[in-house]
Amino acid sequence: MNTVAVARLIAAKDLRVERRSKIVTNQVLPFAGITMVSFAFALDKQNVLDTVAPGLVWLATMFSLLIIVQRTFAIETDDGALDAMRVAGVDPRAIFMGKAMALGVQLLVLEAMLFGAAVIFYGESIPSEHAVASVVLLVTTMLSATCGLAAVGTLYGGLAAGFKGSETLLPLLTLPAVAPVLIGATKAVESAVGTSGAVVSEGWQWVGLLTVFAVAAVVGGALAFGPLIDD
Amino acid sequence: MPIRHSACSPISSTSSPATADADRLVDNLPPVDADSTDPTALTDDSGEVAAQLPVAPTFGPDNAEPDVVIALEDVVAVLGNFPALAGVSLTVQRGEIVLLKGPNGAGKTTLLRLCAGLLPVERGAASILGFDLVTQRQLVRPHVGLLGHQNGLYLDLSVRENVEFWGRTVGASAQEIASAMSRMGVAERLADVPVRKLSAGQKRRTSLACLVARRAQVWLLDEPHAGLDAAGRDELDATLGQAARSGATILVASHELERAGGLATRSVEVVAGQVVTDTNEPRGSE
Repeated sequence: MNTVAVARLIAAKDLRVERRSKIVTNQVLPFAGITMVSFAFALDKQNVLDTVAPGLVWLATMFSLLIIVQRTFAIETDDGALDAMRVAGVDPRAIFMGKAMALGVQLLVLEAMLFGAAVIFYGESIPSEHAVASVVLLVTTMLSATCGLAAVGTLYGGLAAGFKGSETLLPLLTLPAVAPVLIGATKAVESAVGTSGAVVSEGWQWVGLLTVFAVAAVVGGALAFGPLIDD
Repeated sequence: MPIRHSACSPISSTSSPATADADRLVDNLPPVDADSTDPTALTDDSGEVAAQLPVAPTFGPDNAEPDVVIALEDVVAVLGNFPALAGVSLTVQRGEIVLLKGPNGAGKTTLLRLCAGLLPVERGAASILGFDLVTQRQLVRPHVGLLGHQNGLYLDLSVRENVEFWGRTVGASAQEIASAMSRMGVAERLADVPVRKLSAGQKRRTSLACLVARRAQVWLLDEPHAGLDAAGRDELDATLGQAARSGATILVASHELERAGGLATRSVEVVAGQVVTDTNEPRGSE
């Protein structure tokens, strides 16, 4: 089978495991929701929340990303399946792409829920005068940021899976690496929702940054994943 | 013993002689009779004891020396700075079941991992199925199966989903996958049971079904009897014996010499990273 077909097989397998175990729906989504509510309690001023809401959404996404990545590699290491894939000669690029695709799907669901939570808890809204342009910018930002996050998360998740203490190693590796996504996505969403007078057109340069980051992370991850998980 | 270095081009998953042999191997394996207590009592679908099966033909990417599946000569492998294998020489023919015995830390598991292409050869010459382990380590992997202390299964998926997943990574057809499950005795009432709920023996059988579905020709087993009850051990022995008669080559590392020795056609003792004795022993059950 070619690399893309095997990647799709691995992605489908990961999503099926998640559908059975319901770890993301029963644990990660509630965790992200509680994080959003906690931010609201901690800041407790509507004008502050209006300003920082886009950043809080992406911060909650980053924290939740760590849990999902640990889960996605736990299913590979619980019974030695990642080793078995190496022994079976499965193309490491296919493993990387498949796991990143499944992670991306889960992240998109998470982000949609978090933006919904921002509307409910923080009173965020799309400016009515540029609604279409804002929604397009918002969706594009989510897609490009998700690609970058999924690629980096998969790369470092695979690396950390081979080490003892991976639970603490993963955040140390991942959070600094995804800082450009946190900055770019926050700025782009601020433009989409008009935070502090930002306009939609200002957001596209940040989408450009997110896209470059995503391409670099996907290409670099696909190339590096094999050597990282191999002996 | 001269080591064969293949000059072949990279094999494809559909057309190589190795794959053709694997297809035949899958087709030739009869189902395990899960209720049997006789390690060699394998039955076909009608419940009759299966006849001696034809041996699969030539292995490897070329046909120069088809019967030699594993050829190691003065092989050194290093774990960190420690030479876990310190000059191992070993030749294994197609269809043999070789018992690797020796004390803890002797290098048995390292030898299996080296044969699986997971460890680099630091010095010496080594080939598996005609692939040079020094230069073609990645290419040998699709043709070997390593079953260690873990089974390599997804615990939240059913038996069928696991075997389908591993089979499809090498392009196995639905018929091949069903055949592999049937022959390992996990096709019917166990097929839709989540692996998490299986016994240790059932997990082992599922893992072996995955090896068959993905057409492994060299089976590398590390303490395969560990954690199994008597019935599970009998089932495992029956499976391995029949697989060997169908052309698979099997290396078993075990401390359970009475059990594994009865199964093996040959016994090799590894001490301090070297083969110290290599004796042909009669099959215990025959």
